[in-house]
Amino acid sequence: MIQNEREQFHLVVVGHVDHGKSTVIGRLLADTGSLPDGKLDQVRQECARTAKPFEYAFLLDALKAEQAQGITIDTARSFFKSATRDYIIIDAPGHIEFLKNMITGAARAEAAVLIIDAKEGVRENSRRHGTMLSLLGIRQVVVVVNKMDLVDYRQEVFEAIRDEYQAFLARLGIQPLAFLPLAAFHGENLTAPSARMSWFSGPPLLAQIDQFQKEALLEHKPFRLPVQDVYKFTEEGDDRRITAGRIESGQITPGAQVVFYPSQKSAVVKSFEEFNRETPSQWGPGKSAGFTLEPELYVRPGELMTLANERPPAVANRFRANIFWMGKGPLLTGKKYKLKMHTAEAPVWIEEILSVLDASDLSSGTKKQVDQHEVAECILETAKNVAFDLSTDLAPTGRFVLVDEWEIAGGGIILQSLGEEHRLLERHLADRERNWDRSPLTPGLRSGRYGQRSAFVLLSGSDAGELFHLGRALEEKLFLGGRYVYYLGLSSALSGLQADLAGQDDRWEFLRRLGEAAHLFTDAGTILITAVPDLDAEETTFFIRLANPTDLFIVELEAGLGIEPQVNNITRRLQESNILVDWVL
Amino acid sequence: MDHLDKLEAQSVFIFREAFRKFKNLAMLWSIGKDSTVLLWLARKAFFGHVPLPLVHIDTSYKIPAMIAYRDQLAREWKLNMVWGQNTKALQEGQTFPLGKVDRLTCCGSLKSEALKHTLAGDWPRWRLNHTTGQYEQDPDKEPYTGVIVGVRADEEGSRSKERYFSPRDKHNDWNVDDQPPELWNQFKTDFAPGTHIRIHPLLDWTELNIWEYIDRENIPVTDLYFNRGEGKRYRSLGCYPCTQPVASEARNVKEILAELRTGKFAHIAERAGRAQDKDGGGLESLRRDGYM
Repeated sequence: MIQNEREQFHLVVVGHVDHGKSTVIGRLLADTGSLPDGKLDQVRQECARTAKPFEYAFLLDALKAEQAQGITIDTARSFFKSATRDYIIIDAPGHIEFLKNMITGAARAEAAVLIIDAKEGVRENSRRHGTMLSLLGIRQVVVVVNKMDLVDYRQEVFEAIRDEYQAFLARLGIQPLAFLPLAAFHGENLTAPSARMSWFSGPPLLAQIDQFQKEALLEHKPFRLPVQDVYKFTEEGDDRRITAGRIESGQITPGAQVVFYPSQKSAVVKSFEEFNRETPSQWGPGKSAGFTLEPELYVRPGELMTLANERPPAVANRFRANIFWMGKGPLLTGKKYKLKMHTAEAPVWIEEILSVLDASDLSSGTKKQVDQHEVAECILETAKNVAFDLSTDLAPTGRFVLVDEWEIAGGGIILQSLGEEHRLLERHLADRERNWDRSPLTPGLRSGRYGQRSAFVLLSGSDAGELFHLGRALEEKLFLGGRYVYYLGLSSALSGLQADLAGQDDRWEFLRRLGEAAHLFTDAGTILITAVPDLDAEETTFFIRLANPTDLFIVELEAGLGIEPQVNNITRRLQESNILVDWVL
Repeated sequence: MDHLDKLEAQSVFIFREAFRKFKNLAMLWSIGKDSTVLLWLARKAFFGHVPLPLVHIDTSYKIPAMIAYRDQLAREWKLNMVWGQNTKALQEGQTFPLGKVDRLTCCGSLKSEALKHTLAGDWPRWRLNHTTGQYEQDPDKEPYTGVIVGVRADEEGSRSKERYFSPRDKHNDWNVDDQPPELWNQFKTDFAPGTHIRIHPLLDWTELNIWEYIDRENIPVTDLYFNRGEGKRYRSLGCYPCTQPVASEARNVKEILAELRTGKFAHIAERAGRAQDKDGGGLESLRRDGYM
């Protein structure tokens, strides 16, 4: 009889290739009665028929491709039950080629069993997997010395491996819950103490893993909800504007005062929103939540929702981190990657590689690049600010992945915030300035001829249609007044300058190109008008730097004022700033 | 949160990630219990709304009650319902029930091929017009780049290898040996032109969880899952020539739950009544070629 609410526990089994992971898992499934009837016999018969020695791995190899290759390719999930709970067991491949599969499996686990072959001893991937567990934040580890039958169940072999590996793990800050000897194939010390190893006094493997604790709860940490989206579904007269995301830590109640980072916008939680459920008075970690806010805010996905009376997150665009690299090509300084941190995304560059760690022996050195399967300490710089925590304070909001082209190629944990400083932008501007091909026709000569000084007029607001009309009307007025003016429409920009951009993800790149285009137009003496919907303070600063040193006018759309009065207001501003020479109002 | 709450929260999170990352997102609805729970989870994720099209591949051999149930829910919940079909194969009679091809070829043609071309938009798609209540040919021919599918890891071997976000190349092929890493709820949401992503919000659910959730949320499911007096019911739904009911007295959700909890089916595969799984390379071969 299956009880309704048995605890589920995610366990990963890791170790060097052929050290016996599949045997441990297969035997656990068999000895806890978790296999379908007749399955074991069926596999045994199949082995007999094909004259292969029986292996438990065959049991787990659900895929033909795997059996053909003879290695576990992916993190196959199997289920088994102990007396106290249900285990979802993740068999992570030991082969180095499949490190990203091992990481995928291990990242989901609450605890790990790390297996070392008694005869082969500690090998490269024994160490590498230990390092990965540490980086992935898995603190509960049991180390199993397997295949004790091959060393005649000798205590000194077990103890030598234990001492060597314990010293290694200590350098990573991992203190295993236990080391235990095992002969999985024969079931020795698996579910019951082994008579052949009476020198070992600890519990057998099954009892040992039953002692793993459920992950320390995050509900007493500061409240963090990375905003996934803001919805307004208007069908059936629905007028709710709902801010949605998953609670990573802390707790929240209706009426709470909340602050979003990096924007620092604040509001009060007006209501909890949920379909087909009575909403409770409090939500905690893990909940995929939805709120209405008072006042209704415009916040972007990737902002961190926090409580006003708790410790705020760090807001920065530079930070120091440990990165493990899975990409086929190396991780390079100066190359643009995409950072994905909780729900935030930003272009990111490796500013500096501080040290590269050889995960297999923990020796470190300095290198110009980070190769596949290496771990490195780096300084990263993002194009715009992101809100985060240090991984030691709050793991879920203190880690990130790096996307190279289309693939997740690296993962990292944040060690230190380095504040806000746009070193790459400043370096670019200095280079641009130094390399600019200056014309003998000075800006003064041009402005004398054109009757104007060049300027960049940036229209912003939430109504794209209104922005278009305003931009066109302003262009027409200045043109009819005899000035050199150009309106770069949003759709022109999107289908020309931006045709290669994948979509909304690349807003920053869109803004960057617009900034560079503005720099060219204004260098040519023109008044350039363009529109960017929903410009925020950070983007404004970015434009000011990029368009520098030309005159920049940022104009917020005034809803309800009408196009003509707004055109007149802007023209007056241009005239008052001596952009338009001899202009009669 | 109890176990169902956690499963629900993870599925909702995946739905919302998919929705914000894919402009042309669709959801496959096979009318079965899993994809109906999936549809319910979409309403959870989007606060009662289903802001994406539901795609059904009609092999013409579906049990008629399934189609009736599909259209009833589509009208009631105002769903953006779309279906596609391999009309050519059906017209030429290239099907297993007509004896011209074997089971796997039939599945490959009526399901995988039809799915591939319906998703790509190069075969006609039929969309429900809620004003007339009729299906009309859909003028939208844009390919869907993100496709939400209700597969579960516990169903069968090959599905235990899936990712939450699983890339398919332009031939719909799934490269099992080289899958993207998934860690800390960061998924593969960037994709090269010509490829698309299958999204699996139900990966961690079991058959029992599905029925527990149907019970808790009172989700309407087709009565083909219940014993209607003949002492048998369907445990997994498909085309009638290739799908067999199981012996069961369970007449409603509560009785199905009781039945599952006795362990009656513990050692019998859920898809045991689906004949195509047993032929040739079985489900894994089908899945590599784009079967859902």
